[in-house]
Amino acid sequence: MKEPMKILTFLAPVSQVSLRSGPHDRIVLSSRVRLARNLPHLPFPGHGKKADRVRAYDLLMPAVRDLEPFAGGLAESMEKVSAMDKQLLVERHLISREHAAKSAGSGFVLNREESLCVMVNEEDHLRMQALRPGLQLKEAYASIDGLDSLLQQHVELAFHPNYGYLTACPTNLGTGIRVSAMLHLPGLVLSEQVGQIIQAVGKLGLAVRGLYGEGTEALGNIFQVSNQMTLGESEAEIVERISKVLHQIIENEMNARASLLEKKPRSVFNHVGRAYGVLCHAHTLSSKETMNLLSLLRLGVDIGLIPGTSRSFVDELFLLTQPAHLQSLCSEKEKLGAEERDILRADVLRARLLKLPRPDHTLLATGGTTDAPTA
Amino acid sequence: MECQLCKTKEATVHLTQIIDDEMKKLDLCEGCAKQKGVTDPTGFQLAELLHGAGAGEEVAVPEPVAGLRCERCGLGQAEFKKTGRLGCSDCYDVFGEMLDGVLKGMHKGIRHRGKVPASAVKTEGPKELLERLSVEMQAAIAREDFEQAARLRDQIRAAKTASGL
Repeated sequence: MKEPMKILTFLAPVSQVSLRSGPHDRIVLSSRVRLARNLPHLPFPGHGKKADRVRAYDLLMPAVRDLEPFAGGLAESMEKVSAMDKQLLVERHLISREHAAKSAGSGFVLNREESLCVMVNEEDHLRMQALRPGLQLKEAYASIDGLDSLLQQHVELAFHPNYGYLTACPTNLGTGIRVSAMLHLPGLVLSEQVGQIIQAVGKLGLAVRGLYGEGTEALGNIFQVSNQMTLGESEAEIVERISKVLHQIIENEMNARASLLEKKPRSVFNHVGRAYGVLCHAHTLSSKETMNLLSLLRLGVDIGLIPGTSRSFVDELFLLTQPAHLQSLCSEKEKLGAEERDILRADVLRARLLKLPRPDHTLLATGGTTDAPTA
Repeated sequence: MECQLCKTKEATVHLTQIIDDEMKKLDLCEGCAKQKGVTDPTGFQLAELLHGAGAGEEVAVPEPVAGLRCERCGLGQAEFKKTGRLGCSDCYDVFGEMLDGVLKGMHKGIRHRGKVPASAVKTEGPKELLERLSVEMQAAIAREDFEQAARLRDQIRAAKTASGL
């Protein structure tokens, strides 16, 4: 039997990941488009017997792995991935939490750039996704559409003339597309407008969720907006509709920040200053508290309160302080408990924040603008 | 009037709700109403109840043929109703009729308008194209989407001219 795969050695280091940038990345952390696809006539993964799943796996893993975009990539069975590595992939948003729970008969294929990832035997036989930093939904769709067409030259997929691409759950039927963007919205949260936005977005048939998708909390003022309807509209129409909504949310967030700085500058300085204070001096910090504090620190950087600091500094900390990323700092034998993790998290943050200049509100003495340059 | 769930006691609770622009009604006895949580009108969805009862006036979901089962994967109607998930690609033909009502409330339309596999495009000859377009046109007329129906009519004309059919 092969040695268990070490995912960490394949993935780009956290410092490099946080440097990936894209349009509107002040507010839009990342864009993602995923397609759900299935093989015809074979039971869907959740319904079939193990032998059926293995048949689908044996057919799809080599077919996907051998596609040109995956040259130099990584293909692995979930059986061979350690619990920590699975969690690492979830924290990088490369696989879903549901997929992390899978074992033999399921797998994933990831490209070298970590911009394309295919899950085999998740809820559907294939869940293929393209990831891009910032707001790049059209680019992400073009990329995954290309991969889908390429794969279809080798594999026949379940397609129905009326219902389109067939999926295990009818909520994904037709295009099988889920277009989503991860948004950082501290301005709308602090000005208590985010509830209204969520409601308005919901009325347009879009869903708003937390950081890790369905059923998760909006930690660190990070929200995921995605389409819900997949049938009766073309992929391009869906991408276009959600892009329009995202541009509006971006505008609302920028306005909320500007108006907070104009009307309640002291409250903003207070939030950012306190967050800085706790992050610099705490000796134990939960994941949840850390995310919320880092969100405020990121806001501080965005509005120019912290001189000479880039967003990527904070984004690196966002990722580094997640549970599996903290665990990856330790030796393999040393399994951190929740309390030890909170201590290590605080240690890492104190050490890192030593390099960070203190927030300086006098930099914004002229009234402030959301467009204050950041280095 | 008897209760539509237990079909024994007298119905005293009469429910009306608008679902997908259609008025749906359900008449229940006090016992069944309580059991289904109808006493709290805010947390109550008539659709769910209708779905379970398989009864009610003007229900969009047609009376399901009892005991449908997918021969390919063995998924039965009861299991499909319970989980809302299909077992394999063949299930979509087996449960198609039951599905349309569900899809209507879930999606923008009930016909795919997106990407089509290259292989599916090639196999569609002029005759199949005309058939598909006329089915789509009928569907558009049925849902009173006359703009789409007119577009499809023009496409049918063009296809007829092009193929000489």
